[in-house]
Amino acid sequence: MKITRTVEIGVGLFVCLGIAALVMLSFRVANLNAVSTTHGYKVTAFFENIGSLQARAAVKMGGVLIGRVTGISYDPKRFQAVVEMRIDDAYKTIPADSSASVFTAGLLGEQYIGLDPGGADTYLTNGAEIKLTQSALVLERALQEFLYAKTAKGSESTK
Amino acid sequence: MTELLASLGRTSLASFERLGRGSLFFCAVVARLGTLLPRLELVLAQVWAVGVRSLVIIVVSGAFVGMVLALQGYNTLVTFGAAESLGVVVAKSLTRELGPVLAALLFAGRAGSALTAEIGLMRATEQLSALEMMAIDPLSRVVAPRFVAGIIALPLLAAIFTAVGIVGGYLCGVGLLGVDDGAFWSQMQSHVALGADIGNGVVVKSIIFGLVVTWIALFEGYDAIPTSEGVAAATTRTVVNSSLAVLGLDFVLTGLMFN
Repeated sequence: MKITRTVEIGVGLFVCLGIAALVMLSFRVANLNAVSTTHGYKVTAFFENIGSLQARAAVKMGGVLIGRVTGISYDPKRFQAVVEMRIDDAYKTIPADSSASVFTAGLLGEQYIGLDPGGADTYLTNGAEIKLTQSALVLERALQEFLYAKTAKGSESTK
Repeated sequence: MTELLASLGRTSLASFERLGRGSLFFCAVVARLGTLLPRLELVLAQVWAVGVRSLVIIVVSGAFVGMVLALQGYNTLVTFGAAESLGVVVAKSLTRELGPVLAALLFAGRAGSALTAEIGLMRATEQLSALEMMAIDPLSRVVAPRFVAGIIALPLLAAIFTAVGIVGGYLCGVGLLGVDDGAFWSQMQSHVALGADIGNGVVVKSIIFGLVVTWIALFEGYDAIPTSEGVAAATTRTVVNSSLAVLGLDFVLTGLMFN
């Protein structure tokens, strides 16, 4: 087989394609970089417990997707989890006293942030903090509390 | 009775003999790899033949495998309300198993058979003997470049297969079935590990498969009986043996890597 220019270019392209596929796999499929949505305005919220919420999880209001979680970190001073999210510019009129909760989609599904609108006249702006938050429901804790309440009740009734 | 035992013994001795010859052939090729360094353009031409020209079948199959995975996975996952995990299912099965294995099987059918037929015909038409007559070593001039090209091409093809498959799964899952876009990628990213899944699965497995498939294909061609029937039988054996080797090895490798 004669080595023509076409062959050389073809092989070069093939190798590039293969490496591009590997790079795509490493960056897009495995988590090497934090892909964040760049449009919209940023809002933070502090939670006692976020359960297994992950970056890029959905932010929903009334069940409608309005934004994405862009970052999760821990504030060692407040002993709370910090959730940063970006909300689409189309939803600029969310009351400032809205509350945020961590919900689970379905029984085993992905966790997401649900916003419930408040009644204030001022709106959430870029860099605002959502003051009212509700932690994720952790099954073990809920069970613990339930059992504790049950036994407390039980011991009371036997008295 | 003795006839049966004798034929059994003959068959097993013959297969041991082939295995031994194959291993010696492998060592001989590996020993000649150094002679390739000043003639890398030979490898280039073979990467074109076995790699670039297998691209179409790899890309098309990858896309369809990814799409089918998404369809099937969705039907099962949605019963548990876990359709968001579709990305993980598609990416994990493609990176760990389907990408390297299916790419290797397609490679054996598309490129391995061609290698066997080509070298078998060279043997049948006495081109290899002609090279020897001119004091050119056919192992280093004909076999070694193809061997290296196979080992280079299959990992790249497997990576392309996997990437295209994941995109196919994404198009089917998010575009057609309405799985959440962000959850698809975020769940995938949080569950797929770079070293364990992509490194072990796509890279290491496909390098090993590339080596085995190319070795079998080249040996079958080199060892073919120099008649048209012989070459035909050798081509069949290449596809059958390398497919079996890939599937068997995959089980062993999976056991070693992901137990």
